[in-house]
Amino acid sequence: MAGLAITLGSGAMTNSVAEVVDADVIFLIGSNPTEAHPVMGAQIRQARQRGAKLIVADPRVIDLAKEAVVHLQLKPGTNIALLNGMMHTIITEGLMDKDYVENRTEGFDELWDVVKEYTPEKAAEICGIDPEDLKAAARLYASGKRAPIYYCLGVTEHSSGTAGVMSISNLALLCGNVGKYAAGVNPLRGQNNVQGACDMGAIPAMYSGYQKVSDPDIREKFSKAWGVELSAKPGLTSIEAMNGAAAGDVRAIYIMGENPMLSDPNMAHVEKSLKNLDFLVVQDIFLTETAELADVVLPATCFAEKEGTFTNTERRVQRVRKAVQGPGESREDWAILAEVMRRLGFDPGFSSSKEIMDEIARLTPSFGGISHERLDKEQVQWPCPSADHPGTPILHLGKFSRGERALFRPSPHIPSGELPDDEYPMLLSTGRLLYHYNTPTMTGKNEELMEIEGRSFIEINPSDAAKYGLEQGGRVKVASRRGEIETEARITQRVPEGVLYMPFHFADGAANILTSDAVDSISMTPEYKVCAVKVKKASYEDARVS
Amino acid sequence: MLNVTIDGQLLQVKEGTTILEACELVGAEIPTLCHLKHLAPEGSCRMCVVEVKGARDLKVSCATVCDEGMEVVTMNEKIHAWRRFIIEMLLADHHIDCFSCSDTGQCKLYQYALDYGIKEPRFQVEPRDWEKDETNRFFDYDPHKCILCRRCVRTCNDRQVNHTLNLTGRGIDTKVGMPFDELFIDSNCVSCGNCVSVCPTGALATKSSKDYRSWEVTKTRTTCSYCAVGCQMDLVVKKGKVVGVEPADGHSNKGLLCVKGKFAYKFIGHPDRLTTPLVRKDGVLQPVSWDEALDVVADNLQRIKAESGPDAIAGFSSSRTTNEDNYAFMKMMRGAIGTNSVDNCARV
Repeated sequence: MAGLAITLGSGAMTNSVAEVVDADVIFLIGSNPTEAHPVMGAQIRQARQRGAKLIVADPRVIDLAKEAVVHLQLKPGTNIALLNGMMHTIITEGLMDKDYVENRTEGFDELWDVVKEYTPEKAAEICGIDPEDLKAAARLYASGKRAPIYYCLGVTEHSSGTAGVMSISNLALLCGNVGKYAAGVNPLRGQNNVQGACDMGAIPAMYSGYQKVSDPDIREKFSKAWGVELSAKPGLTSIEAMNGAAAGDVRAIYIMGENPMLSDPNMAHVEKSLKNLDFLVVQDIFLTETAELADVVLPATCFAEKEGTFTNTERRVQRVRKAVQGPGESREDWAILAEVMRRLGFDPGFSSSKEIMDEIARLTPSFGGISHERLDKEQVQWPCPSADHPGTPILHLGKFSRGERALFRPSPHIPSGELPDDEYPMLLSTGRLLYHYNTPTMTGKNEELMEIEGRSFIEINPSDAAKYGLEQGGRVKVASRRGEIETEARITQRVPEGVLYMPFHFADGAANILTSDAVDSISMTPEYKVCAVKVKKASYEDARVS
Repeated sequence: MLNVTIDGQLLQVKEGTTILEACELVGAEIPTLCHLKHLAPEGSCRMCVVEVKGARDLKVSCATVCDEGMEVVTMNEKIHAWRRFIIEMLLADHHIDCFSCSDTGQCKLYQYALDYGIKEPRFQVEPRDWEKDETNRFFDYDPHKCILCRRCVRTCNDRQVNHTLNLTGRGIDTKVGMPFDELFIDSNCVSCGNCVSVCPTGALATKSSKDYRSWEVTKTRTTCSYCAVGCQMDLVVKKGKVVGVEPADGHSNKGLLCVKGKFAYKFIGHPDRLTTPLVRKDGVLQPVSWDEALDVVADNLQRIKAESGPDAIAGFSSSRTTNEDNYAFMKMMRGAIGTNSVDNCARV
């Protein structure tokens, strides 16, 4: 979410979920909400049923693509070319919001310098789409009075992810769509509390509320509050820490509630890294693939067994409440961490979830007005600096978080880190299914869901299937430069020729054995959405061995 | 603002306010079956009838907006008789098995029959040879208990917008169903369960609801732990175990849930859950006390910090757990260990 922080001053979703029903044009790019965010998907459909027009940019024929006025079935990894082409059309046809660009933005000349190269014809060629569709989408988006853009991991999980996000921001600013009702730039966050984890400073460069570690005043504030000297040295991201573990520089990793063995790209590398550690602690609710490698496993409670808060994709802080006792000797995560802190000779300074939120409010300006007591009455959206502040449903109203003006930050098309070639001629993309959620630690415990979708599969276009002699439901071997898996062929028009799609949930035929470890150079997000693979029919002998 | 009188009580309401909404403002209880917040007024069940002074007939309060000077009476003999007759008509075509029905205790029809003094059904319709549809993995549909309020149909079409359910048949043979009498398993149903959540009787019921009665459970309001929409919901708990989930009217979900939020709760009390700390001894993870496990953690972190400095230690926090847990984790890494190498899976 570094992209929006640069262009607008805040990396979060600008508007609220429920506003979508009042939109008149909706642009969905790299997001499949009817599967990944189903209740958001339902509200987008409500909007469409009320007359909103839908533009979908997605390599696959996702369900909402069937309801779209324009479906741009672009090649994976070409979002920036598409967005630049749309902006070219909007600028040359005089459809931009001139007043807004003049009064509320900066960097338009630099934008045009880059975008002018992307005629609809050139952009459409890079994307593998019809230039008329691109122009139709541009005109439709520009015509919207309330035109929100929703995007998800189909934009960010590329080596050009941050540039892709900034290109979306450019498009929205060009049409004056930021800082108003039922519009904006809206990243749909993947996990339930990914917004909150980042807000709380579980990222290397920031304390809670995006207060920079590099700022001596901020460091001083936390140092004083916690009674300890704090390091100014930049920390490592999880991908960097994994690399550090492989190299031997990182000797211990403490993992709370994550399963990188299944969720990270290039599984072989992750396993090697974790096994190379001197000491691995895993704190979780199940004995995950990662926990099996640990030196110490600590049993935690799940959301139904604890008090606290989650922050949803629209920055709304909402209560999580204890409904049942955790099993056995399991303890709340914060309570385990407090014990570890004490044993390290550090006073945690809190003895309940509520007290932690009070400390967050004291040290975090954007959470200043938030407490459990208040959240029991109303669920507010940050920034909420004081107890009498109502919270902020829409960001950048009148003024940007960045300052008076938002910034255009253009980028040329950046090819994916690994593209199909003669040896690995197919492009593999990965994603989530409706019936599962990331590594199926939780959903896999429901036999009904496993009955509906319980095994790995790969989507392949009928003409590619014919080329490789694959049958519907037959076994297929898929190999990349990193490894090989066997899975089931699902022959479907949902994917175009040359593109394969695999859900990433399953340990049998795990997609992340194949995925590339190319990352976005700014956000360090892995390129899950594009890697080069080859496929062949699995022979009878293969089937017998497996 | 309009001036309205309800049961003699004067109040001011905004233009466009329905009589039902005005009644809610003064706490006058009106029975409803087809009415549901977030759905357009239906006015088909007629349970919410009230008397408006000067009007010829009783008015359907959910679908009638207030007028200036309107005087409303919410209960008298005529209204009582009307409502009682409606319930009797519904009961005539209702499979009454309240002893074994999973909805007993929260069924609206049962409650209103009680409220309006009905001891046994006055009319009887020959039962149709409809079969239950038990093909969905999470819920069942029994058309003999359906009162045709269309809450499920409207929710499926106007809120979930999946267009699976509709009314089929004519007259007395009308029932909720799918085109060509398709079964749930063969339809485009995505098992969101929103139709089940809005059913006022036991016609649409989760399979798990057979295991508890409303008076045996407590409900705890919380936030869904799957995707980032942040749907509000109630965990239904019987004897320390989560047995169901009901949607709540949150800002971002407005009473909707998806298949995961509604049905994928079995991980909570699953037998595979970790119940004790484990420490690797002789290559095998073995159960130990908390004291021992925490000492092993602290000793090793301290040892590595002493040998290689704090930056030889990294921490991955969780985008699945709470803000408070994440803050505590960040504080442990930076404050107690002394490194900024703390991250979460926002990127992965």
